[in-house]
Amino acid sequence: MNERRWRDWLREVFSLTWREVSDSMRDWRIIAPIGILTLFFPVLMNVLTRSTQNMFYERWGVEGIETRLLPLMLMVVGFFPASVSLVIALETFVGEKERQSLEPLLATPLSDVQLYLGKIMAAVLLPLVAGFVGIVAYTLMLWRQGMLPSSELLLQITLLTSAEALVMVSAAVVLSSQTTSVRAANLLASFIIIPVALLVQGESLIILYAGNHVLWYILIFLIVTNVMLVRMGLRLFNREELLGREIDELNLGNVWRTFRRHLGWQPWPSGSERGLVLRCLSWPLGFYLREVPAVLRRSALALAVVIIGLLGSALVGWFFARALPAPAGFLNLDAISEETFTTSLSTTTWLPAFTTWGVLGNNVRSLLAAALLGTFSFGALAVALLMAPLAIIVYVAFQVAWAGYDPLLFVLTFVMPHGILELPAAIIATALAVRLGATFIAPPRNMTVGEGWLQALADFAKLFVGVVIPLLAAAAWIEVHITPALVIMTYGR
Amino acid sequence: MIQLEGLTKRFGDFTAVDGVTLSIAAGEILAMLGPNGAGKTTTVRMLAAILQPSEGRAVVAGFDTRSDGIEVRRRVGMLTEQPGLYLRMRGGEYLGFFGRVYGLDAETCQQRGRRLLEQFDMAEAWNRRMGEFSKGMRQKMALARALLHEPPVLLLDEPTSAMDPYSAKLVRDAILSLRDERRVILVCTHNLAEAETVADRIAIIRRGRIVALGTPAELKRELLGPPVMELRLAEARDGALSLVSRFVEPLAFGPDWIRYETSQPETVNPLILRALTGAGIGVVTLGELPRSLEAVYLRVVEEQ
Repeated sequence: MNERRWRDWLREVFSLTWREVSDSMRDWRIIAPIGILTLFFPVLMNVLTRSTQNMFYERWGVEGIETRLLPLMLMVVGFFPASVSLVIALETFVGEKERQSLEPLLATPLSDVQLYLGKIMAAVLLPLVAGFVGIVAYTLMLWRQGMLPSSELLLQITLLTSAEALVMVSAAVVLSSQTTSVRAANLLASFIIIPVALLVQGESLIILYAGNHVLWYILIFLIVTNVMLVRMGLRLFNREELLGREIDELNLGNVWRTFRRHLGWQPWPSGSERGLVLRCLSWPLGFYLREVPAVLRRSALALAVVIIGLLGSALVGWFFARALPAPAGFLNLDAISEETFTTSLSTTTWLPAFTTWGVLGNNVRSLLAAALLGTFSFGALAVALLMAPLAIIVYVAFQVAWAGYDPLLFVLTFVMPHGILELPAAIIATALAVRLGATFIAPPRNMTVGEGWLQALADFAKLFVGVVIPLLAAAAWIEVHITPALVIMTYGR
Repeated sequence: MIQLEGLTKRFGDFTAVDGVTLSIAAGEILAMLGPNGAGKTTTVRMLAAILQPSEGRAVVAGFDTRSDGIEVRRRVGMLTEQPGLYLRMRGGEYLGFFGRVYGLDAETCQQRGRRLLEQFDMAEAWNRRMGEFSKGMRQKMALARALLHEPPVLLLDEPTSAMDPYSAKLVRDAILSLRDERRVILVCTHNLAEAETVADRIAIIRRGRIVALGTPAELKRELLGPPVMELRLAEARDGALSLVSRFVEPLAFGPDWIRYETSQPETVNPLILRALTGAGIGVVTLGELPRSLEAVYLRVVEEQ
């Protein structure tokens, strides 16, 4: 786009934003809480700061408690007015739909991105300005008392307030574009309020115990979350769905039919003139020769993400190996004996029983947990869960090398015998778990989010049962029966 | 200017629009009639590139609705089923907002907006909050919004609903003047008299399919048979019936009137008149009995 077109493009976005903001400014239900929160909380926090300061000094003779409290108070005065943005954002699309003013807007030449940006800015602008006013007002009160916070802290709180408001708004706009009534959007808003409330509480604890520098990491996390939520919102934004959907009906029959359709596969070779044996074999052949490759092709991007994650875990393992080297003599592989596997491992309560069933059960549970966590974290936690043990292996391999052993031999004896089956199974299961979460941000083309997720779930279910569990079972048997023998043969006494 | 080829829209198992093929030329007004849920609004939404067709294609003002949605929307003025105004805004602010979105500068926007409001006899609406408007005023304001950017294509869903007869006439006159400016106009309406007044052609849609298409006269002829003529005599005369019977089969008659059906009134009527006047029978009037579009519509809908 040339400069002029960019200018026009932005002008249209700002027109939409300005219309919505001026509409909000005429609505006392929005202006009143913003005004009260903006004016009341700086005063309250100021009184609270002084009374806490006096109380700590009088009771315990402690001085300087206000410096620990300042970040919390600043967060409160900024966040409370900014939180109104959630209410405005929840109304954006679905509110217009209820007031029947959405269709004329959708009939304009505004693109989906313009509509989306305009609405997000409109929801966030007024409450955020109020939040900043609150921060400035409170800072001025502190300044008059000679307690001016550092410029870094002010910057951190300002950015954090903005990022939190944006996270709430971008998540709320997703809800607003996916529900059919303001009531439904409000009900679903608890999925935003609870995590954000927990985050703010977590930030408070972090400020008290770990110091303000951790706020920068939280800010990065919030920015990444924002990017993902905006992408998700843009991907899910659909003029057709916005206008067409009339009722939020949970049609379990339809859900089941869709899931079953994606769960099924075609026999191979197909054809009516087949012998009995071939007919019986055609289903497993169809599954392993056609369906599994097809699912893996569908999961190619997720597989790539998992593999990149694994490479990252190797870096993490290396980083920690350098940062936290094991004490000398800690690793004594020559001391390994049969007892190490039979007694020591069996008596360690936090490890599963060192039997085929025990190991298999543990791995299955872990991968199912990864799927669950992946669903609620756009797939990120599923990858993190797989990265952890691999980072530990890399960490130990480095320690082994620095202890004077051959790290390659260590990996070949301790990890590879069962890892050669376990690792592909874990990668496949994790990739499918990533899809369960990533579908919300990027549903497959020509599919709704619901159908895309059901397809991802069906793919997860069939490959988990047909590929992952058999591989894990074989790996568990090897881990219990072959790996210890190899280790003892190599290192044992 | 509007070209529909096998346009189909499905919502799950339900087919809302089923293979609609038609074209509307510049300077033509097509009225789309049909019962509730027949597929009119879905068709309009597809033409405005709000909904994507499941099959087939629609080309509006030279742009494909599927691939050039933004360009289509730039060239379409759409009056939606509900006015959908922002009730806290003033009329001028509202038109100003839509003008900016359509890329108009403030001056043009104000000029056109004021002119449209004056045309619709609601100039005072410029400074009034739209929440105070009557239903008819809201509808006229929505129409002004649709016309503001002077689009070559107009999609009007129930343009005169909720309007008093005077306002409705103002709007109808506006629509007719737009035809003179060579715009393409698609009007969805339940008001059959209005459709007959403004439309060049009528399309009757039923269960997503076009079941009748043509000018009002063509549809009447096609669906209700040849026109029925009524002859009124100056006085009751016995010979009149036999004279008329020479040319056509009378459908009904009284002492001083006769009705007959003919598919060639331009040749038959002069012959009958000549025969009657030649026999010294005075004729007061000879004309076609008015047949309403409603009769056509009901015939089509009942047949389907």
